This record gives sequence, C-alpha cells and structure tokens, in this order.
Amino acid sequence: MMLSGWGNYPRVDCTVTRPRDVAELMGAIGRNPTLIARGAGRSYGDAALNRAATLVTTRLNRIAAFDPASGVVSCEAGTTLDELIEVFLPRGWFPWVTPGTRFVTVGGAIASDVHGKNHHLDGTFGRHLLSIDLALADGSVVRCSDNENPDLFAATQGGMGLTGVILRATFRLRPVETDLVVQHTTRTRDLAQTFSALEDASDATYSVAWIDCLARGANLGRGVVYRGEHAALGDLPPAREGRAYEDAPRRSRTLPLSPPSFALNRYSMGALNAAYYGRAKAGRNLVSYQTFFYPLDALLHWNRIYGRQGFVQHQCVLPLVSCDEALRELLTMIAARGTGSFLAVLKLCGEAARGPLSFPMRGYTLALDFQANAGNFSLLTELDEVVAAHGGRFYLAKDARGGARLLRDGYPRLEEFSRTRDRYDPRRRFRSVQSERLGL
Amino acid sequence: MSGVMAADMSPVLIVGATSDIGLALAHEYAKRGAALILAARQPDRLQADLLDLQTRYGVSARSVDLDLLDPDSRTRFLDGLTVVPGTVISVAGLLGEQERSQGDAALAEAVMTTNYVAPVLILSAVANRMQEKGAGTIIGVSSVAGDRGRASNYLYGSAKAGFSAFLSGLRARMRAHGIHVLTVKPGFVDTRMTSGMKLPPVLTASPAQVAREIVRAHLGRRSVIYTLGRWRWIMLPIRLLPEPLFMRLKF
Repeated sequence: MMLSGWGNYPRVDCTVTRPRDVAELMGAIGRNPTLIARGAGRSYGDAALNRAATLVTTRLNRIAAFDPASGVVSCEAGTTLDELIEVFLPRGWFPWVTPGTRFVTVGGAIASDVHGKNHHLDGTFGRHLLSIDLALADGSVVRCSDNENPDLFAATQGGMGLTGVILRATFRLRPVETDLVVQHTTRTRDLAQTFSALEDASDATYSVAWIDCLARGANLGRGVVYRGEHAALGDLPPAREGRAYEDAPRRSRTLPLSPPSFALNRYSMGALNAAYYGRAKAGRNLVSYQTFFYPLDALLHWNRIYGRQGFVQHQCVLPLVSCDEALRELLTMIAARGTGSFLAVLKLCGEAARGPLSFPMRGYTLALDFQANAGNFSLLTELDEVVAAHGGRFYLAKDARGGARLLRDGYPRLEEFSRTRDRYDPRRRFRSVQSERLGL
Repeated sequence: MSGVMAADMSPVLIVGATSDIGLALAHEYAKRGAALILAARQPDRLQADLLDLQTRYGVSARSVDLDLLDPDSRTRFLDGLTVVPGTVISVAGLLGEQERSQGDAALAEAVMTTNYVAPVLILSAVANRMQEKGAGTIIGVSSVAGDRGRASNYLYGSAKAGFSAFLSGLRARMRAHGIHVLTVKPGFVDTRMTSGMKLPPVLTASPAQVAREIVRAHLGRRSVIYTLGRWRWIMLPIRLLPEPLFMRLKF
C-alpha cells in the first residue's frame, strides 16, 4: 500500500504487516530479508518506510508493569505516549520527555531519541530509559541497558530502527501534582531579544520560542517565548480545588480534506503568522497540558493542510558558537523567500545524548515546515549548506531529502554507529528508504 | 459510569477472548471497573494482555482454558466456573472458507461447533445459573451473515442464523427472570477473520468501535443491534428479497 511519514512526502508503495503480538512480530522478522519497524508514522519523512516489509507495531501496546513508588513503567514498543498519559496522568505521572505530539509510540520515541521543551534540563527520551528488549537480525532477542549490551543500547537511541526492532521498553515517568501547566509568555521584537529571553528561561523546566519567520529587517527573529512549569497543588484555581487531575475531554477535531495547494501562499501564511503573533497574551497563564505541550494535536491530521503533495520539515541544530550568525542567515533566506510555515520553533538545547545518531546537542534548534515543491527544495538545499558550514546537523526524524554528505558532516560519531551495525546486522537487514538514500 | 454498574456487570466472562473483538471488549469493560474472566484456548497467550488490563485499569483479570471444539474441555470449563458471572459474552467465531467447508466435513463441523453448538451449550449453562441467581446479562455476537444464507458463506451463515434464533428464544424465556439477552450482528470488522479481504471502509468497523457499541447496548438494555448501525438498513432489503430473486444474486 502507499505509505508515507507524517509529512505525506515521499509516498512509497510498501508491503505493510501489523503483527498482533510479539510472537507474530518475531515471525515477520524471520520471514523478511529486509525490513523496518514503524510506530505511529509520526516521523516526517521516509525513516519508517521499507518497500519489502514495513512492520507496524501499534498493536503491540500492552503495558506490562508499573511501580507507583518509582514511576517506572514497562510496556511494549507500540504503546503511545497518549495511552501512557491517559493511564498514568490521573495517578500523578507524566512522560519525562515528550515531543510536540503525544501520538508517538514509545518505540518511535526511542528510535528518534525525541526531545521536548525541557531538553536543556532533562535531555532526550533516552536519558530516562532503563532498558529495552531488542529483536536482532539473527532472530535473537537481547536485553539492552547500561550494563547489558551498552553499545546496542546507545546505538538504538536515535538509531532510526536500524539496529533492530524494539519490542519492549522500561523507563521512568515524572511525578506531577496536577495536569496543568503554569505558562509564562513573553513577546520579543527581534532575534537578539528572542535569544536573551530563551537564555533567561534556561532555569525553567520547559522553554521554547515561536519565531515569526516571515518578519524581516529590524523585526527579523521576533517571536513569542514560552516558559512552563508543572502546576503544583497550590496553583489550582478555586474551581478545580480537590481535583488535581481532571478527566479533561481529550476530543480533537479532524481536518478532513486537503485544501487546494494554492490556499497556502505568502499572503495567507503571513496573515496567519501575524495573527498568531498578535494573539499571544503576555504574562502568566494556567493552561492544560494539552494546550502547553500539544497545541497541534487538537487538530488531528493537521498535516493535510499542506495539500496532496505533502510537506517537509527542516529541523537543524546549530552549536552555540555560531548560532547567532547562522540563524540570522537562515531566517533572512527564509523570510526573503516567504514560503516558510506558520510554525517556526526555536529552542535552546542542552548536552548531547549517548546515542551516536541522537540529534540534539548544545545549541539552538530551529524547525519549520515547507510545502514539498521544487522551489522549496532548492531553498532547503541552500539552508542545508548554511547548516553544514556552521557545524550544525539535521534531525533524521524530520528528514526526507538530505544527502549522505550532510549526514557525515553533521554526525561525527557515524563510524561508531556503523561499527555497531557491522557487529549485529552485517547484512543490513534493518533498512529504510531513508537509510538507503543516506547510505546509512 | 457508577460503581454500582461495574458491580452489577462483574465479573464479565468473555468466551473467545483472544479474538480481536474479545480483547477490545475486555478493555471496554475493564475501563468501567469490571473484573474479567477471559476464556480461550491456550490461555497463556493472554498473559501480556492480562498484565496490561490489570495495570491500565486496576481491575482483576484472569484467564481460563476453554477449547470450544473439545466437549471435555467445555465440561471442565463449566465445572471450574465457580462464580456466576454478571455478564457472559460469546465472541466465538470461525469463518472457514466456504468452498473448503463444502467438501471437508471436519472443517464444516468445526465451523458449526464454533459458531453454534459450543456457544449455545455454554450460554445455556450460564443462563441456567443466572436464572437461579435472578440477575445477569447474556451477550451473543452473531453476524449479519446469519440474516440470510448466501452462496459465498452459507455454512458460517447458517450456524450464525441458528445462534441468532437461539438468542432470540433465550431472550423470550429469560425476560420473566430479569435477565437481559443482547444479540449483536456485526457487519464487516477489521479483524484477523477478515484480514486479506478488501472491505469497504464506510461499512467496516474497528474492533474497538464494535466493543463500544456492545457496551452501550448492554447499558441501554437493547435486544438486537447491528454494528455499524447502518448494517440494519443494508440487511433489511436482503432479508426481504423474495427467494427466486435472491438465489440469483452472486455474493
């Protein structure tokens, strides 16, 4: 069937299997010469596509154990963060690390070593991971942790499914007193202010900036900076007294159809951006966890807004030393073209994680969407050059079009990753359209 | 949902619990706080699901061995069932390939036993115990295929037709005893039974959808439901079509 990532680009005809349990999954691994695991399909590009065999793990969603004293949970890899939140938030636990959507699977979160708005303090998903069970190319299943198969454990975090199929994972959740977030909003006038607001926010648990990437000249880099803390019991409004965890309606709206591609142009985008910038209320607000962490999840299938041809997300991280210059260059190019997305996200990252292909490193990460078309692709290639020239790297979970050279330049520990795969999967049975494109 | 409801429906005995609809039902009832007894062949296969149900919903859930095709296993199962369930659901089903069933008596018998003989014997035994207790709900998952015999699946359909008739009679008998009997007629459902078939999306339900509709019908004390509901209107003309016309339809 025709399959794609969240960006709906590229679309590839893949043979898809949906095993019901670990036994069926092991059978599928044995039968197929090459394969890739796929979770909820929320990586953007072609990382979870394999023409010969794409194994969808969403039915492997059983929770095996939970320790209410420590918050350690064990579950199958197809369990989504949404399910974990539904089950454990009412008991006072939240994922330590969550990306901007709760509809990812645990397996996908590990394979992409996802980060969230608290990366500067709490690192990636992998930092809170205690162990995984990994199905290898030779048909065996091994436990990986800091003590058992530590090389595989590290390589699998951010390894894009290329080390094996994650079957189960054990990891820590974070204790929270309520399901609300205390949010502080600051509006900034230019990039310098945005940087300083983000740096000021580095002691906040969560911090992120939204950049109006269509603003030019003196307004270049203006945006809205959000800081957040999990609300304590004392922060509850009077109406919520005694109800720390509301059975909040988790209903979402669906964008049913793709609008025609001409609906998205620099004027409509500019109007959206300006409206968003103007709407952000400065100051302190008490908001639901959905509003704070998952604003886009409220519109299911928002990816359809980019039309049938789909979109790509450009996400890079730039080291601190060069980020000011690099971001000015990038934002100037993007604003000049005027085809950038409604959403451009800027975030200050903390230390790099243990995975050789894990994305974040100390510096600023910028992410924005582009409709998939030839004009944007040529712009993206130019952006890639700027990223490479400043010692940055791109995020494999978002990538649909990068090249092998860009990968080598951005990931100095690529050799280490290849050696681990030589040891456990010398024939490269675990492969994806992305790994083939990148020569991984 | 109030705690009283959970206590009334508990424990929920699911026959055919390893099926997709069976597992979806287990989740739907556990979500409402009901204790579960999951009956299936090789109950060890359900170990991961039992842990999942217990961890997610904090309910008690256990599995028991039941091979529907084996009369001794059925007897052992009924003898071992020491509590009277608040709810019993049969989700047992075996489609079998019609063309193979026509020439293979063993397969034909397995289809008839799984869809009719075994569920009828088990539900009858449980019904008698519920009657003594004076409370309970009996749910039988039949099929739209039981509404009329079609060339493409009439063996399966005839067993389901028998099962639907059984449920209808049981409902009439149990009415005086305050016991609710619900007949469920699913159309297409995206399960292992139908994997590999090309199913029209607008007429195909997910197992979770079917489970939600069953629980809603249970709480609303409905007698007969179709899932998806629109199947009622598809089946109406199919049921009414005169035989001379119907026999010419190839589907």
